[in-house]
Amino acid sequence: MKFGICSFPGSNCDYDTLYVLKDLLGQDAKFIDVKNPQLLDFDCIIIPGGFSFGDYLRAGLIAAKTALGQEIYNFAQRGKLVVGICNGFQILTELKLLPGALLKNDPPKFICDAVYLRVENNSSSFTKRYSQKEVIKMPIAHSQGRYFATQETLKEIEDNSLVLLRYCGPEGEISKEFNPNGSLGNIAGIMNKEGNVFGLMPHPERACEDILSFRDGLMIWHSIIS
Amino acid sequence: MRVRIVIMPREGLLDPEARAIEEMLRQNGVEVDNLKVGKIVELELKNPDEAKLIAERFLINPVIEEFSIE
Repeated sequence: MKFGICSFPGSNCDYDTLYVLKDLLGQDAKFIDVKNPQLLDFDCIIIPGGFSFGDYLRAGLIAAKTALGQEIYNFAQRGKLVVGICNGFQILTELKLLPGALLKNDPPKFICDAVYLRVENNSSSFTKRYSQKEVIKMPIAHSQGRYFATQETLKEIEDNSLVLLRYCGPEGEISKEFNPNGSLGNIAGIMNKEGNVFGLMPHPERACEDILSFRDGLMIWHSIIS
Repeated sequence: MRVRIVIMPREGLLDPEARAIEEMLRQNGVEVDNLKVGKIVELELKNPDEAKLIAERFLINPVIEEFSIE
């Protein structure tokens, strides 16, 4: 599969993502030139984590307004697969490819931790290699990851089973206690209605090898590839 | 009484955030110059005359910022 990885000024998980896709999984993966974005050849675009354009004004805003941002939008409109991780998720909400927004954490601090996640819908292109309600563990590292949407939007997301991952306890318990950043409905990752755009705050690219203590992120990549 | 304190970077100070936003607007065809990014603090005060003192004592750094009260 041909993966394109968007490397914006300030992206810092781009090399981790390239390593996993190319070296670990043997896929055809390369960076996309921000100045000259050509996306047509790719099957899937990954927007990696980091602090694109210094998170100025709002995290993800400026990246969304670049020529590459516009190309990602067009790519997604053609039904192709797009995944935004962490800052990538923020960019996808700024592009309006995903509903809602990501606000400063509550409590308002940067969190770098390992969290449990429950797979809420395993019929998507991004989660089909997990079992339904499977509890997995992945790292998070963000200061603006509190998922927010209006009640109306939230209802639409829930009614259409667009939540793919929720923060939970070790037994899959969904409660405030296991919500690291104050996200509505413990939401950690959602897809769009069409099912081709996925945004998540946890880092699957940092959860693919035993040496990093996590392997549960692997099945996201295998789901996309299969 | 509701008081609004507007805090802006001092004239002549390099502000990379403002420059990045200005550049983004230009890339999108907006003719723009001298864009600035500041902060607004709104608060309820029993005595609005205290606003200046509060701003100077707690909210701003006079080396890099100036403020106005609305």
